[in-house]
Amino acid sequence: MRNRYNFAAVLSAVVLICCGALILGQKVNAAGEGKISGTVKFDGTAPHMKVIDMAKDPYCSKAHANDPGHLETYVVGANGGMANVVLYISDWTGSAPASTTVPVFDQKNCMYTPHVLALDTGQTFKVTTSDQTAHNIHPNPNPMTGNIPWNQSQPPGAPPVEKSWKAPEFIEVKCNIHPWMHGWHAVVKGPYATTDSSGNYTINNVPPGNHTVTAWQEAAGTQTQKVTVAAGTAGTANFTFKAK
Amino acid sequence: MRTRMQSWSLVVAASVFALPMLSWGQLTQYDLETRMGTESHVGNVTGHAKDAKTGYRRYCVGCHGPLGDGNGENFPWVDPKPRDFQLGIFKCRSTPTGTLPTDQDLFDTIGRGLDRSNMPQWNALSVQERADLVAWVKHFSPRFASDKPGTPIQIPPEPEVTADRIKAGRDVFARVQCWKCHGVLGQANGPSASTLQDDLGRPIAAFNFTDGSRPKCGSTDQDIFRIFMTGLDGTPMPSFADNIKPDEAWDLVFYLRALMPQKSKERDMAKQLGLKPVDMNAPAAQQ
Repeated sequence: MRNRYNFAAVLSAVVLICCGALILGQKVNAAGEGKISGTVKFDGTAPHMKVIDMAKDPYCSKAHANDPGHLETYVVGANGGMANVVLYISDWTGSAPASTTVPVFDQKNCMYTPHVLALDTGQTFKVTTSDQTAHNIHPNPNPMTGNIPWNQSQPPGAPPVEKSWKAPEFIEVKCNIHPWMHGWHAVVKGPYATTDSSGNYTINNVPPGNHTVTAWQEAAGTQTQKVTVAAGTAGTANFTFKAK
Repeated sequence: MRTRMQSWSLVVAASVFALPMLSWGQLTQYDLETRMGTESHVGNVTGHAKDAKTGYRRYCVGCHGPLGDGNGENFPWVDPKPRDFQLGIFKCRSTPTGTLPTDQDLFDTIGRGLDRSNMPQWNALSVQERADLVAWVKHFSPRFASDKPGTPIQIPPEPEVTADRIKAGRDVFARVQCWKCHGVLGQANGPSASTLQDDLGRPIAAFNFTDGSRPKCGSTDQDIFRIFMTGLDGTPMPSFADNIKPDEAWDLVFYLRALMPQKSKERDMAKQLGLKPVDMNAPAAQQ
């Protein structure tokens, strides 16, 4: 009987310690500039990027007459570098906004530019159209997260739509008029970076300390790494996604 | 003898073990119980969720399900599928896209029913019963507990129909490219009509203006104005509030009326004008 109580006492102690650790973990020193950089590579044969048939809309097919549009589920560069991978600090507990810039999500030649737009929670972004055909911009988040889906039209010459997202989530963005149009709003908490066409990235404004960096790719999923950033130096985290 | 520490730790341990034993349904049920006090306000009538329990069981549960997730017994047999109230996303609103509808909007939908679906008109129920059901519908979604409904869009008084306004309406139809889905004649056969999907990835049809069916969110001129200015959330129909000025919106309403087969002043005027459908291949007009 005595043993059972002891077991319960130990268990509750463990629970309390975990809760305590979570609460203490909230305190992160906000000052100090650090960086995390690295490269994201794809191991294996790069998946084929299917050509999109845009015959449904003559404006779109004309815009791609000499340079056909491709599905951008995987975009792998010459040395296996992966573009459109979002890197962020998944154990971020700070509250300061990572960036005050207003990133732009443009509809150009019936494709989304960029294909993946990384955003901080609550960061304002702009949706613009450079096309002479009507689009509807229709992000489809899960309303249970706190992000609410909306759907707005952008005919030629329409003014930009300014919005922000309340909660971290990887949100699919679609155009119902052009069903091949498919992009992402990668909403994270804290500083973030997106890889360039060679797979390189740098996350700026990282406070010194231990961090968990997560790499997210729309089809390959996520990978994490522990990185230590010392004041004044850059941490490094390289990722490799294997062919399935 | 048990010390205070030991009894306390027993409580913590018990709750740690007990939580995962609850099913999702039980947790949802618990969640719903806590929102039983939800109210609705329609005109002078206040609806109470707790009073709608029997009414919901009798009239609604077959399709919308006991948890309001649209997964009732009839789910497999009806199309369009019953609404999932837990998401808090509604087609027929007077409020901007991405916002909650007002109580009046939900009340109107219950009374009006949804044309070309299995949702009938519930006007036979008393105003009090319908107001109670509005509160009940709201209690399924945590959004109504945390968010306020959007501010209803402004609808200016309806102007007099003129030939010029119908012509101007056709230009709006061309400029914002309604025909991409609805077709140049409003026959729901535009180039994008065949690939339309709702937010859950299910095929959905654009509204056909020419077959005599009624728009899902009402068929008065004000209803049609509201439909394209707010959009129908959960469907491909976007909001045009940023792209069509209120005065132009009336022009578009008149043109849409002229496409509809029901006898109307607009239809006669358009016939007299010999109004031609918009040209899909014309260069895009700018806003």
